[in-house]
Amino acid sequence: MYRYDQFDRSFVAARVAEFRDQVQRRLSGELTEDQFKPLRLMNGVYLQLHAYMLRIAIPYGVLSGRQLRKLAHIGRVYDRSSGHFTTRQNLQFNWVRLADIPDILSELAEVEMHAIQTSGNCIRNVTADHFAGAAADETVDPRPYAELLRQWSSLHPEFTFLPRKFKLAVTGAAVDRAAIQVHDIGLEVKRNERGEIGFAVYVGGGQGRTPMIAKKLRDFLPERDLLAYCEAILRVYNLEGRRDNKYKARIKILVHEKGLEEIAASVEAEFAARPVATANLGEAEIARIAAYFAPPKFASLPARSSVLDAAQAKDSALQRFVARNVSAHKAPGYGVVTVSLKPIGGIPGDATSDQMDALADIAERWSFDELRVSHAQNIVLPHVRLDDLPQVHAALAAAGLATPNDGLVTDIIACPGLDYCALANARSIPVAQEISQRFADLDRQNAIGELKLKISGCINACGHHHVGHIGILGVDRQGEEFYQITLGGAEGADCAIGELVGPGFAADKITDAVETLVETYLKLRRDPGERFLDAYRRVGLGPFQEALYADA
Amino acid sequence: MPTLETELYRGGRFVADDAVYVADGEPLPANALALVSKKRYLAEREVLDAWQGRLGLALETADTLDGLEGTLDRFATIVLRFARYADGRPYSLAHRLRHRLGYRGELRAAGDVLQDQIVFMLRGGFDALEIAHAGTRAALRANRIVVVPTRGTAPVVQSLAAAE
Ligand code: SF4
Repeated sequence: MYRYDQFDRSFVAARVAEFRDQVQRRLSGELTEDQFKPLRLMNGVYLQLHAYMLRIAIPYGVLSGRQLRKLAHIGRVYDRSSGHFTTRQNLQFNWVRLADIPDILSELAEVEMHAIQTSGNCIRNVTADHFAGAAADETVDPRPYAELLRQWSSLHPEFTFLPRKFKLAVTGAAVDRAAIQVHDIGLEVKRNERGEIGFAVYVGGGQGRTPMIAKKLRDFLPERDLLAYCEAILRVYNLEGRRDNKYKARIKILVHEKGLEEIAASVEAEFAARPVATANLGEAEIARIAAYFAPPKFASLPARSSVLDAAQAKDSALQRFVARNVSAHKAPGYGVVTVSLKPIGGIPGDATSDQMDALADIAERWSFDELRVSHAQNIVLPHVRLDDLPQVHAALAAAGLATPNDGLVTDIIACPGLDYCALANARSIPVAQEISQRFADLDRQNAIGELKLKISGCINACGHHHVGHIGILGVDRQGEEFYQITLGGAEGADCAIGELVGPGFAADKITDAVETLVETYLKLRRDPGERFLDAYRRVGLGPFQEALYADA
Repeated sequence: MPTLETELYRGGRFVADDAVYVADGEPLPANALALVSKKRYLAEREVLDAWQGRLGLALETADTLDGLEGTLDRFATIVLRFARYADGRPYSLAHRLRHRLGYRGELRAAGDVLQDQIVFMLRGGFDALEIAHAGTRAALRANRIVVVPTRGTAPVVQSLAAAE
């Protein structure tokens, strides 16, 4: 993984010192909360309903065991012995004290981490495919480019006070696990016929109250132009993005209002005028960064593991786990393990400090000391030998981390909602917990098959409900929590925004409604291979509406 | 005319400044650096270009650079006003002035110029800061600005170190 150089170290140390000074000025009263707010936001410190929250950047979701152990330690010392993994591959501590935050940041700096740019109207943590460098279907590892973008965007002097926050995502596989089309800039790294590397560049995707699928600006931007081209997009956005209304300030609105052609013309003109000498990415620089992401030394192994086959024959729990939570690896004899943070009835994305320690141990022993945070709020062990899977499974089970539900109906994405978030209309977590309990039966979950259920507590859509096969949105109806349902959203290469199915449901009716949808699907699907999303795309809203509102 | 008293910070120290904002329609001062709006400059371009005194251009946050191409060497300074520090358009205007329009003269930040953004401004190509905020001036005088290092931008460190 990327290791800090001298520059990164002094950069982060100086930032901690700077923030310590700012917190001091706030605590002494020299700064009012209003003056302090943008400064704390620059350092990932939010004020929630009950306490300050600290959001820590996990660049493109990549963690080492040492880093995760530090997060476990911070959870134990400064929070309630747990942490919350978010849909942007970050980690949040929900119960920290402001006075402790400079110390927490110092501790993070020891393991090359920080909370810079995890909030505010700047370029946020760059996200990437959580299977990067491991997936069998990968064309190019996106992490070196995500790292180049991270360095470029860190405290970028020109782009720190944008009209609104700005999110980039990078994928290097045809199966888009990074949801690039719902980001401000989405990048697909690929190769052309000549084997050269370049990027499909998408712009103007996003969720929130006006969900938009990104539009393609370039099909093959040469590798060397990556930063200069992103800079051109950002400059056009910084100057022309709306600043009169925060709900219309994202680049998706600019692209929508001006149209793709006009935006493309502005971006290309800006790009053409770049000072060439400084803008090109040199081959040496790309190679230097890529070296940090060289693949680990995989053993040469047969594609099938007889050890695993024998163990699975005797252990149905292991068999379920492998069938559901292990994905194909590019190296024969290895697998990519998804560790679900969605135990039945749990809080999606939460992990205790003890669980984080256990994961750190497992990664060090069996996954080349690498972990990833996925945007589905799960943890990934990217490089596990198939021979080791029985032991890994046992170790995960001992830590309460072996739930075999990756991609199933209980693998729910949910935002913090009204339990924490000051912007919420409704709670998300209890809804997720109740649905999870209703569908606890693993046989039933497997019979239903892949079903992505996503819940947001308000229209800001942090729970990505727009791109859930089933999306649930909390709304306020005369002071009561109500839930609207959308169907047919998807976040990958077949990206789609879900459609509203009809009037919302009260908190005590929403789980029944989800069950009705699932039963309707089971009745109308052609065969078990037709997923919920496929069936929905074939039949449309009609049968689901009839089933939901039959009695109305 | 600016209602707040300001001081000019340049090259690592506070310096004397004789710039005067001249309202549209008012006569230009004989012995000062006259700062005029874009609107006035474009309307009276011939007269202003022929004028012998020192002239500067004062751009508002929402101004574009349209119409200014090819005229920039006329100005002794270009002032970019930050209406609010959180409105970052002047940073991109500064970049365009330097790199797209080839302006090589002084770039001056004015308006909401505060302690915690100064480093961005210096890194973003501003040479001079017109500062109204008393706390920020005190912080600069006491060398209390934390300089967060950045890749390949020595000038910031130099200009702040020079204040010691
Ligand atoms: S979607 Fe709304 S309620 Fe949920 S975390 Fe985001 S802002 Fe808060």
